[in-house]
Amino acid sequence: MVEHAPVLLMVVPLLAAVFCALLGLRWKALCLPLTIIGFIAALYFSVITFLQVSASSDHQVIYFLGGWNASEFPRGVGIEYRVDLLNGMLLIVIAAVALLAAIFSKQFVSMETPGKEPQYYALFLLLAVGLMGMTITADAFNLYVLLEVSSLTSYALIAMGSRRASVAAFQYLIMGTIGASFYLLGVGYLYIKTGSLNMQGIHDILIGEGLLESPAVYVAFLLIFVGVWIKLAFFPLSTWLPNAYSRAPTATGCIIAPLMTKVSVYIMLRIMLTVFGPEYVYDELSWSGPMVWIAVVAIIAGSILALGQKDLRRMLSYLIIAEVGYMVGGAWLLAPGGMARGESLYSTATGLVGTGYHIISDAAMTLCLFLAVGAMIVKAGSSRIEDMKGLFRKCPVTMACFVVGALAMIGVPPTCGFFSKWYLISGAFEAGRWEFAAALIISSLVNAVLFFRIIEFAYFGKLPEVDDAHGHHQRHDEGGMEENPPSMLVPLVLASVALIAIGLFNKEIAGYLSQFLNTVAMGGQG
Amino acid sequence: MMIGLWGMISKNNLIKKLIGMSIFQTAIILFYVSVAVKSETANIPILPHHGHDYSPKIALAHAVSDDHENGGHDDHAGHQAHPVGPKIPDPDGYANPLPHVLMLTAIVVGVATLGLALAITQKIYREYGTLEEDQLLEKVRADDHG
Repeated sequence: MVEHAPVLLMVVPLLAAVFCALLGLRWKALCLPLTIIGFIAALYFSVITFLQVSASSDHQVIYFLGGWNASEFPRGVGIEYRVDLLNGMLLIVIAAVALLAAIFSKQFVSMETPGKEPQYYALFLLLAVGLMGMTITADAFNLYVLLEVSSLTSYALIAMGSRRASVAAFQYLIMGTIGASFYLLGVGYLYIKTGSLNMQGIHDILIGEGLLESPAVYVAFLLIFVGVWIKLAFFPLSTWLPNAYSRAPTATGCIIAPLMTKVSVYIMLRIMLTVFGPEYVYDELSWSGPMVWIAVVAIIAGSILALGQKDLRRMLSYLIIAEVGYMVGGAWLLAPGGMARGESLYSTATGLVGTGYHIISDAAMTLCLFLAVGAMIVKAGSSRIEDMKGLFRKCPVTMACFVVGALAMIGVPPTCGFFSKWYLISGAFEAGRWEFAAALIISSLVNAVLFFRIIEFAYFGKLPEVDDAHGHHQRHDEGGMEENPPSMLVPLVLASVALIAIGLFNKEIAGYLSQFLNTVAMGGQG
Repeated sequence: MMIGLWGMISKNNLIKKLIGMSIFQTAIILFYVSVAVKSETANIPILPHHGHDYSPKIALAHAVSDDHENGGHDDHAGHQAHPVGPKIPDPDGYANPLPHVLMLTAIVVGVATLGLALAITQKIYREYGTLEEDQLLEKVRADDHG
């Protein structure tokens, strides 16, 4: 049982999805419990896997799918799952976020997509399975398949919303398919060059055969990265994101927004560090100059566009684009030659630690904010920022969680946002990239402006006295407390507690991340 | 491939975009399949009839190690470990089956994508009554404000 935990954490939600689709046709009420059970199991197994990883001597757990064995066969014959400290932590985050989003979705699914619960939850589970699979797999082609699993389910989940959502989903589908196709093409080039699809195998052959200077590898890198950048909505390629995220059904937004881009950033890190290796990415290509500049543009543009939004969810979507800029910039901070083999990386790659940390904390922050906003929209009856007036009096717990999320986004200690920004900014100082540090600080200021505006509206704004023009806002006329139901509050409170917890345990998390980077710097292990 | 990409980006009609997408995906599939070709004489990868002591496991191990490591040494070790000498087919005589297998998966993914895209298109048409992107975006903008 325990040694199969890496695969069970995917299999259980997968089976739950199948049962959800089948049993749900007959008993609709079964769907949500099944989903929650699936995610609890996934969470349990991912924690077990992570404990195994941190207990093992080389900090990784390798699982050979279908029982093929590296001692009998050469590497790359079968699919391999490999969990190390980075993706071990990410698996826990994915399972936890999915669980909280599933609990939260109870009200919304019956409200926004009535009668479609079985399909909705089956897709919901499959999306999480795809994301966990992308995180855990060590096979480049398997990654493509799982990428498509999670993308297809997310297109469908978005399209289930209003009629505007289906147009957004179509645009997202076109962009996403272009991205995935580019990725597939890049993997094809790598396969031609190396004859392997195993990530570590590709890396070993690239280094062993001295293929780093080959133009085909360069083309492969280019294609894979254009593909991944589309997926993670890196600034110039991010046009699909705001529409897709802000028009999706609320519950869909709560799982896609925290996880999709974050897992894509992880994929980028994995491809940079494991497939091509730091030797290639930082020493052979000298892209870190322009890449950090693009990240700076992404951060500034995302923040400024967010400032102009009147719709709360749309504003958050633009902030995600800025956050993606943080993470990509942090990953590319390292100057050529900065990552010497075998050297301790903690002192030289703080930017990378910051990126890893920010993946985790941003997933939690985005979850908290999207949950809070979802709950606020229910209370306010609209998603416009002006309509948030007086919400503090009406639902203090929801708003308290929103404030915690907002503080984390701005970067106030002791929330996790402060520490991830701290690592990113000190990484920028180390690398001497002042423009990146400046962009981070500007974006924090913009965040502060944005969120305090909302908090001001919600705290000081008067409730509209009579609902003459907006007849459909029936709830406004009661001045008293009117909190959201527990199915919404519990995940929300848990998410905001997690924000502070991730912040308080920053030393441990950063320690794991630098340990992970050390193993990468040692050249991985064969 | 480029035709498909161009179609996806520049065409106004959603269905034409999807046609572009199909062309793009098919082009990638053909690209992979062309990778598998080895030489004029390479045949389809079906092993000829073999005796009792033939072990596909070992043959596979040899085929892969032949491909990637300049491992004459490995070969020898293998032969010595199995003095009976399982008949190892010459990998040069067969096309590489792996890309074909990968593309089966990619075809399935492509079918699923196209199916979902068509379903969404249908929904869009039912809601908005048009498939031309510019008209569609206008109506969406009207929705945003109204």
